[in-house]
Amino acid sequence: MQELICITCPMGCHLSVDTDAQGEMKVTGNRCVRGEQYAREEIFNPRRVVTFTCTAVLPDGSLPGPSSNLPRRVPVRTTAAFPKERIPELLDVLRGITVRLPVARGSVVLERALGMEVNVVVSRSIGA
Amino acid sequence: MKQLTFDAVVVGGGAAGMSAALELDARGHSVLILEREDTLGGILMQCIHNGFGLIEFNEELTGPEFAQRFEEKVSARNIQASLRTTVLDIREEEGRRVVYAVSPSQGMMRIEARAVVLAMGCRERNRGNIRIPGTRPAGIYTAGLAQRLVNIEGYIPGKDVVIIGSGDIGLIMARRMTWSGCKVHAVIEILPYPSGLTRNIVQCLNDFGIPLYLSHLVTDIYGKDRVEGIEVTPIESGALMHEKAFKIACDTVLLSVGLVPENELSRNAGIEIQPTTNGPWVDSMLMTSLPGVFACGNVLHVHDLVDYVVEEARRAGANAAAWLSGYRPSREIRIKTGSNIRYVLPARLNPERENRLYMRSLVVKNDARLEVRLDGNVVRSRKLAHVQPSEMLSLTLGPEDVAAAGRDSVVEIALV
Ligand SMILES: Cc1cc2nc3c(=O)[nH]c(=O)nc-3n(C[C@H](O)[C@H](O)[C@H](O)COP(=O)(O)OP(=O)(O)OC[C@H]3O[C@@H](n4cnc5c(N)ncnc54)[C@H](O)[C@@H]3O)c2cc1C
Ligand code: SF4
Repeated sequence: MQELICITCPMGCHLSVDTDAQGEMKVTGNRCVRGEQYAREEIFNPRRVVTFTCTAVLPDGSLPGPSSNLPRRVPVRTTAAFPKERIPELLDVLRGITVRLPVARGSVVLERALGMEVNVVVSRSIGA
Repeated sequence: MKQLTFDAVVVGGGAAGMSAALELDARGHSVLILEREDTLGGILMQCIHNGFGLIEFNEELTGPEFAQRFEEKVSARNIQASLRTTVLDIREEEGRRVVYAVSPSQGMMRIEARAVVLAMGCRERNRGNIRIPGTRPAGIYTAGLAQRLVNIEGYIPGKDVVIIGSGDIGLIMARRMTWSGCKVHAVIEILPYPSGLTRNIVQCLNDFGIPLYLSHLVTDIYGKDRVEGIEVTPIESGALMHEKAFKIACDTVLLSVGLVPENELSRNAGIEIQPTTNGPWVDSMLMTSLPGVFACGNVLHVHDLVDYVVEEARRAGANAAAWLSGYRPSREIRIKTGSNIRYVLPARLNPERENRLYMRSLVVKNDARLEVRLDGNVVRSRKLAHVQPSEMLSLTLGPEDVAAAGRDSVVEIALV
């Protein structure tokens, strides 16, 4: 049996997920049908949007100094939810990426991340 | 000293300030935004996680994405924003409203404006506000400061982290620190229920197996130069169980124990502050006790969603514009908080217009009912599947709801 909390709406139902004798998944504790869908997703295909930051570098390759008014990190995000168990691997890749300023929101820093149909893009335009 | 004149001045260029300024501009008034930081956007710029804008844009944006959508509208409309500019004082001089501000490039500025919109946001409660005993070592940060250090300055404040308080910023930081390679050992909450959103409990704590200790108090912080650990004591039936106290070793403590509207400026200007919100008292136009001075966003009351901030700020901007054009409500009805309600905003209702009210529950409850009573008679009632203090409630009342109101009528909002 597995315990989950449904986050589809603010009710936050506590779900218990069981498999019956026929191998069918059985959800209890949900107040509506969306809870069952949530449990199915969470168990068979859990995904999360990943947000992170990459190192910012100036056009000459140096790091922004403390007096430059420029941030030292560039925020990035996945364009869609990403398989949960592969997030640590994705973060390892992102840790190695530097982003050259100026940069526009939506610029792709990693295409088809780990071979998935998901890109990682910059979420803030910085330093025109 | 530089002298300027605008129809309206907006103090603070966060989500609220930009939204209010856009509305004033759209109604043909000249407006100037004054912002202390290097960029517009306010607190959103450090909130790199997603979850913003579901109501406003019908999609899940990160904080910077949400902010830049507004920033682009502000620059497209050529609205003037003075950055790195701190507002020092709001005064009345010879019957005129005057705002004093200072910036490194302009020096002191004196700005005359017939309307002022306060949008200064809020600040975090710190250790002094919650009185945790123990030594004063390095390594203790508010969660929002840590968020800024990690997400903007690129500095990770420690390796082994404990978070005090279960507010949303602390929960978001639990995930952020874990993803940055730190170990988050626990979140300690004094109340029997978490103060952050369930969604954040699930995705920021449960996803990583971070324990949440509810009804537990941090009774000591150890360490001479740097934090070495904390002592945690369970609370049972209101009493501290000292014999069950335990220690958690850590080098960093993050405090996520609440936000307070930033109202130094308002207080100095003589604006009346409401004890239940720590923000200005406002009438049906979101106007403070100083005529022509309006308030919106986190400076008025702490919001959990930026979507509500920009909605409220649009109204403040529109009302300021109406006020500049000479509109005054002919009559206002007093609003009173009833059972299980911590506060209702605004404090007055205009019986001739639509009134959007925001309120907070004092209790966690399923199958609750929100009741609106006019002089004791229920005029509106709404079923709510679930209420909790961390989720703001809203309600719109129109002229038809208060048609029976007389001169001394009172509208009471209660949760039963
Ligand atoms: C740390 C933190 C994390 C949050 N996380 C989330 C979240 O995950 N999801 C969500 O929906 N909401 C979140 N919120 C809430 C939401 O983002 C905010 O409610 C909203 O962005 C606040 O907008 P604001 O304009 O009222 O305030 P702010 O964004 O705080 O803007 C106020 C601005 O006023 C400026 N200012 C203040 N005083 C002066 C002065 N004297 N002179 C000039 N300028 C001044 C400040 O520099 C600042 O830029 C968070 C809030 C905080 C504080
Ligand atoms: S099961 Fe239905 S009612 Fe319960 S939290 Fe999920 S969506 Fe809400």
